[in-house]
Amino acid sequence: MEPRLSVLICSGTGCASNKSMEVMDALRKEIATRGLEQEVEVVQTGCQGFCAVGPIVYVQPDDVFYQQVGVKDVPRLVEEHFLKGRPYKDKLYVPPMGGMPIPKLMDIPFFKSQVLVALRNKGLIDPEKIEDYIARDGYQALARVLTEMKPEQVIECVTKSGLRGRGGGGFPTGVKWASARKASGDIKYVLCNGDEGDPGAFMDRSIMEGDPHSVLEGMCIAAFAVGSSQGYVYVRKEYPLAVQRIEVAIEQAREFGLLGKDILGAGFDFDVEVRRGAGAFVCGESTALMASIEGNPGEPRAKYIHTVDAGLWNRPSCLNNVETFANVPMILQRGWEWFSSIGTGDVSQDPWGGSKGTKVFSIAGDVNNTGLIEVPMGTTLREIVFDIAGGLPEGKRFKAVQTGGPSGGFLPESLLNLPVDFDRLVEAGSMMGSGGMVVLGHDKCMVDSAKFFIDFTADESCGKCTPCRIGSKIMLQSLEKISEGKATEEDVEQLERVAHEVANLSLCGLGKSAPNPVLTALRYFRDEVMAHVHEKRCPAGECKALITYSIDAGKCTGCTLCAKNCPTDCITGERKAAHAIVTDRCIKCGSCKIVCNFDAVVVQ
Amino acid sequence: MQKILQIVEKWGGRKDCLIEMLHDVQTEYNHLPESALRVLSARLSVPLTQITHVATFYASFSLVPKGDTRLRVCMGTACYQKGGNRILEALERELKVKSGEVTPDGEFSLESARCIGCCGIAPALVVDDDDVFGKVNPTKMKKFVADIKKKKQAGKQSAAEA
Amino acid sequence: MPKLSIEDLKKMREDAARKRILRDGESRVRITIHMGTCGIMSGARDVLKAVLSEVEASDLKDTIVTTSGCAGLCSREPMATVEIAGHAPVKYVDLTAEKVVRIVKEHIAGGTVVQELALAVGSEMTR
Repeated sequence: MEPRLSVLICSGTGCASNKSMEVMDALRKEIATRGLEQEVEVVQTGCQGFCAVGPIVYVQPDDVFYQQVGVKDVPRLVEEHFLKGRPYKDKLYVPPMGGMPIPKLMDIPFFKSQVLVALRNKGLIDPEKIEDYIARDGYQALARVLTEMKPEQVIECVTKSGLRGRGGGGFPTGVKWASARKASGDIKYVLCNGDEGDPGAFMDRSIMEGDPHSVLEGMCIAAFAVGSSQGYVYVRKEYPLAVQRIEVAIEQAREFGLLGKDILGAGFDFDVEVRRGAGAFVCGESTALMASIEGNPGEPRAKYIHTVDAGLWNRPSCLNNVETFANVPMILQRGWEWFSSIGTGDVSQDPWGGSKGTKVFSIAGDVNNTGLIEVPMGTTLREIVFDIAGGLPEGKRFKAVQTGGPSGGFLPESLLNLPVDFDRLVEAGSMMGSGGMVVLGHDKCMVDSAKFFIDFTADESCGKCTPCRIGSKIMLQSLEKISEGKATEEDVEQLERVAHEVANLSLCGLGKSAPNPVLTALRYFRDEVMAHVHEKRCPAGECKALITYSIDAGKCTGCTLCAKNCPTDCITGERKAAHAIVTDRCIKCGSCKIVCNFDAVVVQ
Repeated sequence: MQKILQIVEKWGGRKDCLIEMLHDVQTEYNHLPESALRVLSARLSVPLTQITHVATFYASFSLVPKGDTRLRVCMGTACYQKGGNRILEALERELKVKSGEVTPDGEFSLESARCIGCCGIAPALVVDDDDVFGKVNPTKMKKFVADIKKKKQAGKQSAAEA
Repeated sequence: MPKLSIEDLKKMREDAARKRILRDGESRVRITIHMGTCGIMSGARDVLKAVLSEVEASDLKDTIVTTSGCAGLCSREPMATVEIAGHAPVKYVDLTAEKVVRIVKEHIAGGTVVQELALAVGSEMTR
C-alpha cells in the first residue's frame, strides 16, 4: 500500500545535534505500535533551514510544521495527527512576537517569502536515496543535455541565464565554461568547491547534506559542456556528514549509470571523486584548492595564467561552487529565460550586467529565526533581516549586518534598504561572499567584531605573500591597541593605511578582501571606534580592558546565584542581601550577567 | 606499520592522496607519529620535508597526540557573537589548560574550531569529530565535562564486562 | 541494479509520481476522512483503510488521502470530504468501507458525485 502521510524529519547537523535521529526512531516505533507503518512513511531529510526551532518535523500532504519535537512528544503527536488527523497543537510553530500557533508551513513568514531553486528539494527528499531525487525530476536535465543538446548550446544557455558564481566572486559561470571548453588539452577537470570556510555560512553544507545529487548532476552537465571526464568534489573535513552523503550519492549514481562510463547510454563518460580538506581557510581560493587536491600545502599562486587554461596538474580546470552547480540542472530544465526573469539588472548584452536567479543566505546572530533561506537576488537587507528572519530578539536594537564572512563588511542601519546582489554589496564596501549574514545587535562592539575577523585572517593567511602575512598582523595589533584603550589617532590612521595596502598588494582573494571588515567599521562606525581612542570607552560594553562589572544593589535580591557561578569567587554578600563584585579579582567572564534573573549585573 | 601500509593501499599508493592518507593516520593514532610519516615518505617517494610541510600547514593534523576526547569550541562569527569565547574560557578554567593544549592525564584536548556551519544553533561545540552540541551555556561547562567523563566511564565498564 | 537508459530514467520518474504529489502536498484530488473520537468510534479507521487500498488498486496517482479532525456532525460519522480541483467539495456521511469504495470508483475515478451518499455539495473548505 502507498503511504498516505509523509513525515519528513530533518537530519541536518543542527537538528541532529538536538537529537532529531532519536525522535525519528521513536516515531517509527510509535507508528509501528499503532499499526500505521503501511500508511505513514518516515523520511530523514537534509536541512530544512529553520535551525533555530529544531528538531523539525514536517508532515505532508497536510503541510503541517512542527518545531522542537522531543522524544516525549512522539506518542501524542502520532495519536493526534496520524491517527485522529488533527495537528498536535503543543508543537506547532509560534511566531516570536507572540500570537496564535501557525500550523501551515506556507503561512509561516520565514518560509513564505522564499523562492527555492538551489534548495528546491530542501526537506522533501531522503538525501541517501537517489530514487527520491529522480522522483522530483532529478537527472532529467542531464538526460536532455546528453540527448538533445550540443556542448555549445549548454554553455549558451548558462551564459544567457546570467548565473554567476555563488562562492563569492560572482564570475559569470557560462563565461568560465566557454573558456574551459576553448582551452587546449585532452584531459580537463571539473571541480566542485565545497570548502565553505567562511565563518557564518553553511548553505553548501546544507546542500551537500540535503541534496547531494543536485551537485553531481550540475557537475556532470558542466563536464559535458567543457569536455571533461574526471571531476573532484573538495569538501571540508569539518563537515563529516556532507562528506558521507556525497560519497553515498556518488556510489548510487555509479550504480545507476549516471556517473562512470557511457552515462545513460549516451556515450558520455564522467566520474567524480571526493577529496577532504584539512582545515585551511585559504583552500577555498581556486589555486590553493587545486594545490591541495594535488596533495600539496594549499598555497595560492598568481593567476597570470587562468586555471581554466592551466589548473589542477596544469590542465584546464573548471571550478564552481556547490550552490552554483545545484542551480545548473534547474536552468537547463526550465530554460534561461525563466532563470534570468528572477533577480536584478540586465544580462542580455553583458554577463556582468546584473545578478540573476536566487541566492541562499545563512542568517545567524541576533535574530529570532536563525537558519537558511533562499530569496531572489535584489531582496533588500530589511526584508531578509526583519520579515524573513523575524527581526531581533526582544530588547535588542539593530546595529549592523555582516555579510560575506572575513571578506565582507559591516553594513549599518542606513543601508537596510539596499537590494542584495553582487554589485550593490561591493559598492557598499562589503561582499556577497558565499552568503553568510550575521546580524549584530546594539550591544556588539565594532572594534571587537573587526578584531575577530582580522584575528581569523592573520591566523589563516598562508604566509606566501608579505602584504597579507605581515599586514594582517599589523592590523590585528592596531585593533588590539584600540580595544585596550591604548591607541592614538595615529594608530587609527596607520590601521587605515595598512588596510588599503593589504587590499591593493595581496596575491590572492583572501588578502585582497581581508581588510573589508576594518574598512567598513571605520566607514560606518567611526564614532564608536574613536570613543575607544579619545574617551577610552567601549560604548557597547564588550572590550574587556575598558569595562567593569558591578551589581545594582537596588535590583539584586540576594539570591546568590551569581556568587555560586563565579569562577573566581569574587562576588560577596549575604543571602537575601545585595551582593557586590570585588573588581580586582573579577576576570570579566560574564557568568554573573548570564545567570542573573533580575538584570542586576551592570557593565560599564 | 601494518596499519600504515593498509592506508597506503586503500588510496592506491597515489601521491596526490597524501592528505587523505594523513587524515586516516590522524584518525588511527590521534596524531601523526614520526614513524608513520617516514613510512609514507618511503612508500610514496615523497621527501619527508615535503610531508612535514603538508602535515604542519593544515590545522587538522597534529604532530603531538591529542586528548582521548577532543573538545572543539566553534569560534565562527555567529558563535563568537553569541559568546563562543566565553564557552572556551569556561572550558579553559574547568580543564585547567589553554586552548590548543591537552590535559596532563591525556583525557581531554581543548581547541577552538573555525566555523562548523551550525550557525543556526550558536554557540556550538563539537565533541570528537561529529558530536555537535548547540546553544551551549558557559555556566554549565562543569556539568558538561562531568557528563562526558561519566559517559566514558560507563562505556569502559560495559566494554570490560563484554 | 542495472544501469539506466534514458527511458528507464523517465519511467522511474513517472512511477514515483505518487511520492512526489504526497510530499509536495499538491494534487488534483484530495479525499479527507474525518477522524475525531466519534469518527474513529464509528469505524473511520476501516473507512480510511478501504480508501487507501481502493486508491492503490485503481492506480489513482493524482489523489491524496488525508485525515482531519471531527467534522462537527457526530451523528452522521464516519464522514469524508472529496475535493477535486475546480469543483466544489462534497461531504459524504454515514460511511462504511463498501460505500467509500463506491465513492472512490464513481466520484474520484469517474467524476460523478454519488448523490445518495452525499450530505451536501459546496460546504466549507477543509484547507
